[in-house]
Amino acid sequence: MPQAAIEISGLRKVYGQGDTAVEALKEVNMRIQPGEVVGLIGPSGSGKSTLLKCLGAVTEPTAGEIRFNGETVYANGWRVGDIRALRRDRIGFVFQAPYLIPFLDVTDNVALLPMLAGRPNAEARARALDLLTALDVAHRARAQVSQLSGGEQQRVAIARALANQPPVILADEPTAPLDSERALTVVRILNQMAQQYRTAIIVVTHDEKIIPTFRRIYHIRDGRTYEEAGEGRAF
Amino acid sequence: MISLAGRDILHAWGKYVFTGLGLGLLIGVTLSMAGIYRGMVDDAKVLLRNSGADIWVVQKDTLGPYAEPSSLHDDIYRSLLGLPGVARAANATYLTMQVRRSDEDVRVMVVGITPGQPGEPGYLLAGRRLTRSHYEAIADIKAGLAQGEKVRIRRNDYTVVGLTRRMVSSSGDPMLFIPLKDAQAAQFLKDNEAIRNDRARTAANPALNRPGVPGLIEAIDASKTESRSVNAVLVQVAPGWPPAAVAENIRRWKYLQAYTVADMEDILVSKLISTSARQIGMFLVILAIVSAAIVSFIIYTMTLSKVREIAVLKLIGTRNRTIAGMILQQALGLGLIAFVVGKTVATLWAPHFPKYVLLEPGDAIRGFFAVMAICALASTLAIRTALKVDPAEAIGG
Ligand SMILES: Nc1ncnc2c1ncn2[C@@H]1O[C@H](COP(=O)(O)OP(=O)(O)OP(=O)(O)O)[C@@H](O)[C@H]1O
Ligand SMILES: [Mg+2]
Repeated sequence: MPQAAIEISGLRKVYGQGDTAVEALKEVNMRIQPGEVVGLIGPSGSGKSTLLKCLGAVTEPTAGEIRFNGETVYANGWRVGDIRALRRDRIGFVFQAPYLIPFLDVTDNVALLPMLAGRPNAEARARALDLLTALDVAHRARAQVSQLSGGEQQRVAIARALANQPPVILADEPTAPLDSERALTVVRILNQMAQQYRTAIIVVTHDEKIIPTFRRIYHIRDGRTYEEAGEGRAF
Repeated sequence: MISLAGRDILHAWGKYVFTGLGLGLLIGVTLSMAGIYRGMVDDAKVLLRNSGADIWVVQKDTLGPYAEPSSLHDDIYRSLLGLPGVARAANATYLTMQVRRSDEDVRVMVVGITPGQPGEPGYLLAGRRLTRSHYEAIADIKAGLAQGEKVRIRRNDYTVVGLTRRMVSSSGDPMLFIPLKDAQAAQFLKDNEAIRNDRARTAANPALNRPGVPGLIEAIDASKTESRSVNAVLVQVAPGWPPAAVAENIRRWKYLQAYTVADMEDILVSKLISTSARQIGMFLVILAIVSAAIVSFIIYTMTLSKVREIAVLKLIGTRNRTIAGMILQQALGLGLIAFVVGKTVATLWAPHFPKYVLLEPGDAIRGFFAVMAICALASTLAIRTALKVDPAEAIGG
């Protein structure tokens, strides 16, 4: 079996303590290959956002193990020295809304990540421009983000998630505000990028339009994950 | 790495410029306040320097001609001339009053001097010195009088023959120099009704109105209307004599008060101007607090409106230090804009103040650092808020 990009075993998350404790994640097990896009589906309150926060290293799990590319980053405690650097270099985030930085132009919104990682400005911008070209928004490279359409902003957000070539991208309802054509475009782009950069992508979604596109789906219910084969329909 | 603060300022430059403008006007007021105080001190120093005197001799137990009323007999200067180290001595009177030009009143300090003696204004902008002993005047330029113009002091008209500058009293009234005799008359002049009244009373006194002594009653009347008082005697010391020693000598032997230039400066600055200085100091404190409140409010609301962006920045791995630095730089940037605006407006409006406003570079530098310190302090609230933002907020529920 090839080495998984993301491997989660026995992940638990309890919010609070004592009588008010909420066990949001009880037993999560996942295994995602590089270049693979999987869906994460579940009813409201099932623990989807909690799982993304744990994987995104903004919330500390209670127990279990997380491995990225075979390296243990969490095992009953964080195993990396600099969690900020982990988020910056090894995880990309895409949200329901693009959440771009309004005072930076399109290029610098993407280039900011390599810059934060210590890359020189010119190199960071060249990398940003490559990604913007791949995502077909290079013609808007020097525009203010407020001048972009919703779909263009979402593509810039995807470029930002890819900027440091992370092995993992976490997408939380990335197609919710888009119509079905644009939603499918975003899914196609995510799949292309996953292929091109060998990135493992987890897409949390309720979106009936895109669910049939996944080859593999994880259902989450009451804090437990169940794996299922998807339709893998073309987009 | 790019400057996040710089980008944000450029992006919302309108907000920054307008806020900076408002704050800048406040700083302009602050700098002007300091300038007004500096101007008062400088006015006092220049006044003393331009008076051509080394020692001011005044009535015992008084604080000198500018600070307290003082009355001396006008022949005391003769006995002062006899003291060792005294080169020249001359009478002077000081009286703040309204004088009348063609159609309006001007408030001035009328100074009675002896032409060619200490007390005469040291520097003329235009015209000439007093030459005749009556009805001529030299005016400080701030009085707004023109050369050749006539002013009425009490019942007499004076012609302005010369103009001088930087001769203003400690309360800011420009000085008007006239011959001593005229000044004495103006200072102690009674109106005609009072003189007639007085004369009638003298005539009714059998002890004074003696039959068979011709001229007695006239002599008494003359002595009553003639003034023999002055406010101060200005002394120049002979070369080689320390003014302090000469002043000490005058104090000891003549039962008079004598002040050197240093003493006078001390009186003017620490006694006369000190209340104004405290007043201005209080203003400065209030303005500093108001500025700090405004800056911290503005920076705080600007930060609150960026909570989402800050959460995203943290999520993608921006260090707390970078975020704090961004907010601090924004506050300092605001302070810088405001300081430039403030310094500019203070310089522009300084000449239009009725009193002299002295903008010292040292004050500007101190002001700059104070503004920067206030802005840095004011940004702490916003920084604390920003550091508390949870990166998980970017992911949402
Ligand atoms: N910070 C928190 N403190 C306490 N309980 C929490 C916290 N965050 C989430 N929970 C609880 O954990 C459970 C899972 O929440 P989570 O937000 O992960 O659900 P979700 O699957 O994302 O739901 P939705 O589809 O509505 O977004 C819920 O019962 C929720 O109330
Ligand atoms: Mg959720």
